[in-house]
Amino acid sequence: MPVLVYAESDQGTIKKIAQELISYGRGIADQLGTTLTVAVMTDASAQNLAQYGAQNILNIEHEVLNTFSADTYAAAIAQAATSINADVVLVSSSANSRYLAPMIAVALDAAYVPNSTQLPVSTTPFRIKHSVYTNKAEAITEMTSPVKLIGLSKNAYGAHSFEGSVHTTNFTPELSTSKCRVTATDRATDKVTIADAEIVVSAGRGLKGPEHWHLIEDLANVLGAATACSKPVSDLGWRPHSEHVGQTGKPVASNLYIAIGISGAIQHLAGVNSSKVKVVINTDPEAPFFKAADYGIVGDAFDIVPQLIEKLKQFKALNA
Amino acid sequence: MNILVCISHVPDTTSKINFTDNDTKFDQNGVQYVINPNDEFGLTRSLWFKEQQGAVVHVVTVGGAECEPTLRKALAIGADEAIRVAIPATDGLVVAKALAQVVQQGHYDLVIAGRESLDYNGGMVPGMLAQLTGFAFVNTCIKLDIDGNQGVAVREIDGGKETIAVTLPLVIGGQKGLVEESDLRIPNMRGIMQARSKPLHVKEMSAAAATAQTISFEKPAPKEAVTLVDTVDELIDLLHKEAKVI
Repeated sequence: MPVLVYAESDQGTIKKIAQELISYGRGIADQLGTTLTVAVMTDASAQNLAQYGAQNILNIEHEVLNTFSADTYAAAIAQAATSINADVVLVSSSANSRYLAPMIAVALDAAYVPNSTQLPVSTTPFRIKHSVYTNKAEAITEMTSPVKLIGLSKNAYGAHSFEGSVHTTNFTPELSTSKCRVTATDRATDKVTIADAEIVVSAGRGLKGPEHWHLIEDLANVLGAATACSKPVSDLGWRPHSEHVGQTGKPVASNLYIAIGISGAIQHLAGVNSSKVKVVINTDPEAPFFKAADYGIVGDAFDIVPQLIEKLKQFKALNA
Repeated sequence: MNILVCISHVPDTTSKINFTDNDTKFDQNGVQYVINPNDEFGLTRSLWFKEQQGAVVHVVTVGGAECEPTLRKALAIGADEAIRVAIPATDGLVVAKALAQVVQQGHYDLVIAGRESLDYNGGMVPGMLAQLTGFAFVNTCIKLDIDGNQGVAVREIDGGKETIAVTLPLVIGGQKGLVEESDLRIPNMRGIMQARSKPLHVKEMSAAAATAQTISFEKPAPKEAVTLVDTVDELIDLLHKEAKVI
């Protein structure tokens, strides 16, 4: 009765979020006294996954899986889980995993708890702690279905190191074509995405206009960060909606979130408060964001940010 | 076209989140309930289909009588009929199974739900509903057009978006972008009066057994006060040595 992890890959490389998930899966497998099997789509089968804790690899092969579709991927993962009699199935919190997980749950008639923040608090009964109310609280939920599906919050567990080797098996699911046909994809491949970034640099109306965003982009470049913005900035059309983070925008769970000229409306904080370290730069010492921040500078972005870029360049040169 | 809009009755974002009964129940005291924001974008888009393409719009929620003001608000904004499934919304799978029965009985072509609710943030009902009914499914949907039985949906993906062609029947998990914030409607007096006489059906059914039950809640420890610094040098030093994030 092993644990199955679905490890996402992008063009043959296992995603960082999947490395963390494999380690988390190994943690649960050890707790249950069982083994961890990692399901990957064919192109990622050559990766060394033992280093994150994988013990077995199930290499899922089917031509339909060459492009992502939630329904076909969900069917493939559900069949893979059944083929090894997995009773715990784990997915990440990426957009694609959150898309396909509910379909896996129905296919396996499994209870599904997303946004898990740590290893199960107990295994008999099986209880999972997960964040609710947009990170304003945590709940402990007891899962009683024979197969349990859990989604791990990004950056909640971290990738751990393991030694060992893996045993790889091929698996061919029975699939029909997807009900959804992708006709166009518009994705900037040269930029760090908010979902993948370890550092996110975000700015609000305090920047006074889109013509000043070079400051944010330069700072992001120095840090290898993704750029984001507040809701008013995306509503004003200064930046695209895809950069809007907050309750109705994208969630952020990075290691470092730098908010520049953002006052910190509750809807914004709801979307970013699972980031580990938050830095706020704002002229208004009363800005609500300072209450939610770890570090802050009260000051003008047009004065602070250029200094920060210069000093960080020096810092990077010294610590490279 | 028959559209079913799934609505979640949730605490307003600005609500203080507290728990009672030894941290086992959500404290409803003084909490304002609203239409879940992600659902409201979908509801507003459904009204566009009603006005421009002659669609019929039904709204549904799963829960007790306390959810009815939220359904009445949806009727006041312009939905034609409302359905309340009178079972407790214990877990996502229970809710999805109940909604699947409503969908099958109502001959809907399009089901619009929000990508996630503000209370449980599970994001599970739309996908479960699609799988249970065999409908096509597009999540994190930011644009939707329908022509006959053909739909074109735009989905937000990590780092961009993709366009998807799909044949109805269809379930979407919608969000901002389906309509803009400025398109959202506030019920006017005429709408509120009309809503009183629009049908609100209470549907009794036997609930599936819950397999995920919350035992207790806890709130995070209060945050330590922010460390304010005067210079960029100090900030970089703290981020490197103390926080270890650069």
